[in-house]
Amino acid sequence: MTGAPVLQLRSVSKRFGAVQALTDVDLDVHPGEVLALVGDNGAGKSTLVKTIAGVHPVDEGTITWHGRPVRLTRPQDAQALGIATVYQDLALCDNLDVIANLFLGREKRRRGLLDEVAMEQRARELLNTLAIRIPDVRTPVAALSGGQRQVVAIARALVGEPALVILDEPTAALGVEQTAQVLDLVERLRERGLGVILVSHNMADVRAVADTVAVLRLGRNNGVFPVAGTTQEQIVSAITGATDNAHARRQARHTEEEDAA
Amino acid sequence: MTTPSTPADTPAAPGADPVAPGADPRLHTRAAGPAGYLDAARRRLAAGELGSLPVVVGLILIAVIFQSVTGHFLQADNLTNITRFIAGPGLIAVGVVFVLILGEIDLSLGSVAGASAALAAVLAVRQGVNEWIAVLAALAAATVMGLLHGLFFARVGVPAFVVTLAGMLTWSGLQEYVLGDLGTVNNRHGGLIATLDTTFLGDGDIAYAWALAVLAPALYLLAHLRTARRRTAAGLTARPTADTAIRTGALAVLTLATAYALNQDRGLPLPLVVLVGVVVLTDFVLRRTPYGRQIFAVGGGVEAARRAGVNVARVRISVFMLSAFLAGLGGLFYASQQGSADKQLGGGNVLMNAIAAAVIGGTSLFGGRGKTWSALLGILVIQSITTGLDMVHAAQAIQYMITGAVLLAAVVLDSLSRRTRTAGGRT
Repeated sequence: MTGAPVLQLRSVSKRFGAVQALTDVDLDVHPGEVLALVGDNGAGKSTLVKTIAGVHPVDEGTITWHGRPVRLTRPQDAQALGIATVYQDLALCDNLDVIANLFLGREKRRRGLLDEVAMEQRARELLNTLAIRIPDVRTPVAALSGGQRQVVAIARALVGEPALVILDEPTAALGVEQTAQVLDLVERLRERGLGVILVSHNMADVRAVADTVAVLRLGRNNGVFPVAGTTQEQIVSAITGATDNAHARRQARHTEEEDAA
Repeated sequence: MTTPSTPADTPAAPGADPVAPGADPRLHTRAAGPAGYLDAARRRLAAGELGSLPVVVGLILIAVIFQSVTGHFLQADNLTNITRFIAGPGLIAVGVVFVLILGEIDLSLGSVAGASAALAAVLAVRQGVNEWIAVLAALAAATVMGLLHGLFFARVGVPAFVVTLAGMLTWSGLQEYVLGDLGTVNNRHGGLIATLDTTFLGDGDIAYAWALAVLAPALYLLAHLRTARRRTAAGLTARPTADTAIRTGALAVLTLATAYALNQDRGLPLPLVVLVGVVVLTDFVLRRTPYGRQIFAVGGGVEAARRAGVNVARVRISVFMLSAFLAGLGGLFYASQQGSADKQLGGGNVLMNAIAAAVIGGTSLFGGRGKTWSALLGILVIQSITTGLDMVHAAQAIQYMITGAVLLAAVVLDSLSRRTRTAGGRT
């Protein structure tokens, strides 16, 4: 995570009717950095991710891409820059095979027809470099496990060779083994020099792969921490806002009980 | 406070050594040789991948039963007539396959066929327009009807079921209105529409059927060998040559037998050529073009397709236009067959036969799966039953009940194989 940030947000604000979803949010993502974006429900994580993905244009503030100010008004704008988003619901077509899903919307063509050979070659290349094991790239994705589906969804984001990948809750519905597979993949994205924004509720995942944790609270920045040297409690109190909250009270009660014992 | 955890003891820490890519040991791989081929086929069947097997078995059964009852079901003239009768409903069924793959339904196709036939007949016979222009105008009108269905469905958001139900009423109203009080319009004698049904290629020259019967397997073989060579050159697994040879052989037997039977009678009928041509062309579009891929994508997951950048509305509208166009063409073949365009054309069970044909042939009612070949196979089943029952002088009532039972059997098979596929990890 050296050098200039690939993506930089400054004073980004977004309003939906009466709701101020984001207020003066700053965010930096560097190449080769896994940035975990955490916050409680309604903290603005999804909104922030969607502004970067071009789904919701920002009302105020600036977005710079490789040091150059950009306007993201449509998802295509973000894709064209090299921002790939993997949404929580994977958005794969169950009836299509792995390769068709990987290249959906950007099929390789040969004389105007689908070039299955080129697509299969490229898919194998991509899956091999990411050390992804899929039983058969010609099986419909409905036949895959949850972890494999997630991995396919992430691999699909990489077909366009992006510089920044946004992963929205990639391990939310996965088992232990499958979570490990996905986290492995996130690490390999970092090794390849991509910037990764990881939206997650799972502190264990965040601590396992993230370099930096950016906390959002009520639509505002509430601290950016390097994972190394920060305790889970510091992050949690930043998420919940103060020491006086349900989580802190619970912790305190727990400590008192231990003291009493 | 509990002790703060350090990154070292976090759970689910990624492994230090990356997993080597390669085949999953749990995965079945096909053994080489014919034994492996049979084994793979057996596993596919057990997993509910029935393909066209039930239809082919059904067709053989139908042929055997009616041949043994009537003694002349398999005669050349009867088979030739069946291949001519299936053009109209078959063309409509191809359109139905497209709509079903999209995961939708089009209830208007019978009325579209009727309205299109009425428009062509009235323009050509009553208005004296050149028959080619009248036919093109009727087909254009059918396509516009599909465009309207598509616009209301994809842009306004009215369910396709309702839009096409409204279309069914509207277009059959238009059909009656165009035909006027007189009702029936006879085809112009020896005109374009009249000869659609009665034309045999080269006036019954046997060379046409033989040529196509040889050409089709040859082209199939060539295309598959070329694909295999490209795949091998690219380092991918290719279908074994023996496999391709067996398939080519089976296709050749089928085409040569068909050519032989047709040549015993009057040669290659134009309606069959049009239907098979449309099936081959649409099959190619569905499997090999980005547009076809988009249709399957929309049928498999609208949201996924939209996020991948597929213009969902355009795909939907175009499919409804295509199905209406094919229904219009099918209507002209119906008119040609019965000698006239009338108020009943496209009514009755025309639509239901087309939908039944698509489903009997193996296209899923649940969207995302299907082949246009299933339209051809399905309509062959239905027409064989109808013709066979006609030959034994069964009442129309019996025909309806038997066709209904076959349709039910096909849908049950679809549902069951879908369930097995889900259990077997395939959809």
